[in-house]
Amino acid sequence: MNTASASHRYHGFAIALHWVLALGLVGLFFMGHYMADLPFSPQRLKLYNWHKWAGVTILGLSAIRLTWRLVHRPPALPQAVTLGMPSWQMQAYHATHIAMYALFFAVPLLGWAYSSAAGFPIVLFGVLPLPDFVAASKPLAEMIKPWHALSANGLAALVVLHVAAAVKHQMVDRDGLMDRMRPGRP
Amino acid sequence: MNAFHTTARATAWALLTTLGAGAALADQRLLPAQSEISFVSKQMGVPVEGSFKKFDAQIAFDPAKPQTGKIAFTIDIASITLGSPEPDAELPKAPWFNTAKFPQATFQSNSIKGLGGGKFEVLGKLTIKGNTQDAAIPVTLVQTGANTTASGVLTIKRLAFKIGENEWADTSMVADDVQVKFKLALSGVSKF
Repeated sequence: MNTASASHRYHGFAIALHWVLALGLVGLFFMGHYMADLPFSPQRLKLYNWHKWAGVTILGLSAIRLTWRLVHRPPALPQAVTLGMPSWQMQAYHATHIAMYALFFAVPLLGWAYSSAAGFPIVLFGVLPLPDFVAASKPLAEMIKPWHALSANGLAALVVLHVAAAVKHQMVDRDGLMDRMRPGRP
Repeated sequence: MNAFHTTARATAWALLTTLGAGAALADQRLLPAQSEISFVSKQMGVPVEGSFKKFDAQIAFDPAKPQTGKIAFTIDIASITLGSPEPDAELPKAPWFNTAKFPQATFQSNSIKGLGGGKFEVLGKLTIKGNTQDAAIPVTLVQTGANTTASGVLTIKRLAFKIGENEWADTSMVADDVQVKFKLALSGVSKF
């Protein structure tokens, strides 16, 4: 095992969380846009509830992920990468990650608040009633609703930027940055 | 016209005098503004509350002699609301309440049992969407000033009344049990 390359990689747990949440977030994003346009039907009701359960799960996993991230320092960027990055890229790199982490929490919390305000408390997996942290109120629900969508679209835009940057490192710079997050053995 | 009035008055008078003590009951009324009927159904475990805005009752009831009492209740089903426009537009349709064909739900008492302590059990026939079921409704009476408040909770099985048909009959989506809560303000019920 090459210790030098291993130390440049994220921890296996962080890699697993990254990819699980990546799939979850992308799936929920399209699900949310799809279900919002459905007519009143059992199908719509089902998708809404699944969306909420998955959203709360993502919120929980994001909390674990943030805790892990704060406790375990991620590997430093390889020198080959940092040398090739102008300072604006370095700033954009940090800002994008901070904003994505903020939205990992903001998007599901806004969805939860919307559900509570709309008078539909979340019952996780149909069995565990979650507390309402805002009161049931039609005007409040109408006020929150666009923010859940806007924040989700904002997160989607950052994800596109994040993927584009990763692809650029892989295909243009060919600096092997993506190996740090690649699942599987180093 | 005059003849009609005279006849009507005479009849009313005759009725009142014939009923004697019963005359006190003739005045019993439901006070809609201070009354409410709500219900809670569960959608995938999520309690969803709704209510009926229009209902009425004919009551002839003496708490001292509950067994002689009679209660007839009607609910205007079209006045149903879950508080949001989307389901409210669906509920009057055929799979749910079919209000075009069945505009009213009714309850007609057969017997009233006094259980003591202001509690009663009203047995009767509950008809919703053209389907009739026996119902035993627990009622608690509380004197509030000049009026009387009758309240209680009743759990009904929605599928017994065909409320939510076809794709909506799936009880894993919408539970069969629906909890109906009522609080009815009545005037003219003698104190007990």
